[in-house]
Amino acid sequence: MKLPTDPNTFPDHDVVIGVEHASVKYFVPHERVATFKEYAIRKIQRRIQNNEFWALKDVSFEVKKGEIFGLIGANGAGKSTLLKLVARVLKPSEGRVWVRGRVAPLLAMGAGFHMELSGRENVFLNGTLLGYPQKLIRERFNAIVDFAELQDFIDAPLRTYSSGMIARLGFSVATDQMPDVLIVDEALSVGDTAFQNKSLERIREFQKNGASTLYVSHGMGEIERTCNRAAWLDHGHLRFVGSPKEAVDLYLDRIPAVA
Amino acid sequence: MAKDASVPFYDSAKQQTAWLDEFLQTLRYKDLIMHLVKRDVTARYKRSVLGIAWTMLNPLGMMVILTVVFSQLFGSVEGYAAYILSGLIMWNFFAQSTVSGINSVVWGGDLFRRIYFPRSIFAISAIGTGIVNFLLSMVPYIVVSIFVGKPPTIYFILLIIPMVLLAMFTLGLTLIIASIGVRFPDIVEMYNNIILLAWMYLTPIIYPIDILPDWLLSLMKFNPMFHLVKLFREPIYYGQPLYPQLLGICSIIAVGTLALGWIIFSRMTDEIAYRS
Repeated sequence: MKLPTDPNTFPDHDVVIGVEHASVKYFVPHERVATFKEYAIRKIQRRIQNNEFWALKDVSFEVKKGEIFGLIGANGAGKSTLLKLVARVLKPSEGRVWVRGRVAPLLAMGAGFHMELSGRENVFLNGTLLGYPQKLIRERFNAIVDFAELQDFIDAPLRTYSSGMIARLGFSVATDQMPDVLIVDEALSVGDTAFQNKSLERIREFQKNGASTLYVSHGMGEIERTCNRAAWLDHGHLRFVGSPKEAVDLYLDRIPAVA
Repeated sequence: MAKDASVPFYDSAKQQTAWLDEFLQTLRYKDLIMHLVKRDVTARYKRSVLGIAWTMLNPLGMMVILTVVFSQLFGSVEGYAAYILSGLIMWNFFAQSTVSGINSVVWGGDLFRRIYFPRSIFAISAIGTGIVNFLLSMVPYIVVSIFVGKPPTIYFILLIIPMVLLAMFTLGLTLIIASIGVRFPDIVEMYNNIILLAWMYLTPIIYPIDILPDWLLSLMKFNPMFHLVKLFREPIYYGQPLYPQLLGICSIIAVGTLALGWIIFSRMTDEIAYRS
C-alpha cells in the first residue's frame, strides 16, 4: 500500500488537470417532450417543466503531473460525467475545466470502428479520430498492429474479428502515443489474460514516464494500491479529496455492510 | 499559462466566438472528413453485388420511369431524358446529403459521448460522400446526353461552380435542421418524409419551367432550389455559360444559408452531448 503523497512532491506549476467549481446540469424533462408539436402545445399551456438534475455540483480539484488520481463513488455519483468533462466531451454548465496536454480517453477505445472496413482502414479512421496526424499513423502502423497481435488479420474486415481482437486493436491504437493524461474507466479488461497484462504494463510504463491518470474503479483494493490520491464523489458533490485509504474508508462507511 | 506551444491546452472557460472556434477545430480535423467519406463510400459498396454501378443505375432507373410516364405531357422538351436526369442527379445529391448529414448529427450519439471532435465534421463528410456519388452519376448523364442529342459543350466544366454553391447551400441547410433536430427529433422525420417530397415537386426537376402558371412562377423566386437547379442546368443541359444575374442570386443563397447554418450550429454544438 502506498502512503498518501506528500503535496510538496508535485509543485503547483505541474498541475495538468484543473477542475474549478465545475457543475454539470442535465435537463431531465418531467415528461418526455420529444416532438416539436408537443413542445409547442405545452409551451402555450405553460406546462413545460424541466427538472434540473445536477450531475456534478461545485466540484474542484487538481491533478498533478505523474499522479494517479482515483475516483470512487456509487453508481450515478457523477464519475463518468467528470471523466467526460476532462475528455472534453462535455462542457461544464458552470465553472471551469482545463487540461494541459494530450488526453488519451480509453473510453474512446475503438471509437468509430466500422465492421465492413478492414482492420487497416479502421486503424487509420480511429487514429484520425483520436487526433493523430496521418504521417504518424503511417509510421506507427506496424507497431500498432504488432502490439495488437493482429498481423495476419489486418486486411480482413472487422466483422470477422472476435470481440477480443477488436478490443485489442482499439487499445493498441488509443495507447500508441504516450499521452499526458490517461483516462481509465473501470476494470480494463481487454482480451485474454496475456493481453490484459500487456496492456496494464503499457499503462504502468506511461505512468512511470510522467503521464497522469484519472482512474475510476469500484475495486477499492485496487484504488488503495495504485492511486496516489483519490476523491470520493457522492450525488454530484465532492466529499473528499486526499489519501486513497481515507477516501475508501469514508465511502465504505456510507454503504450498508453487505457481507 | 501554457508554457510550451507544442503542448495542447484545453480550457473550457476560454472565451472564443463559437462559429470561429468550430471553424478552427474543423480545419484541424480535416483528415477525419476524408476518412469518414472513405468509410461511407467503401462500406456502402463492399457487400453489394452491383457495387459502384448502383449509384449510376439508381438515377438512370428513375429517369427511365419518369421519361416513359411524362414524355407524353412534356414531350416538347428537347432531350427530355437529359433534362430529367440533370435535375434528378442534382436533387439526389441535395436530398441524400441533407438526410444523411442530419441523421448522423442527430442520431450519431455514441461517438459524441465518447470522444471530442467538431460535430460539424459529420455534416461535412455527408456532403463529401454526396459529391463522390454525384461524380459517379455524371458518367451515365454524359452517356444519356449524347444519346438524346444534347452532348456536353465546352461550358460543361463550369458545372463546378453551381456544384460548389449547391454544396454550400446543402451544408447550411443540414446544419440548420440538425440544430433543431437535436431538440426535436420529429422535425427530422418531417423533413425526411414530407418536406423533401413536397419540395421536390415544387421544384422544376421533372417538369419544364414554362408549364408553371404565372402566379406560381412568381412564387418560385422564394424557392432556393429553383434558382440552383436552373443554374445547374445551364452548363450541362443547356450548354451555356452561367447567366451572371442568376449566378449572383445563387451565390447569395449559398453563402447566406451556410453562414446562418454555421452560426446556429456552433451555438448548439455543446448541447448535443447533453441531449444524446
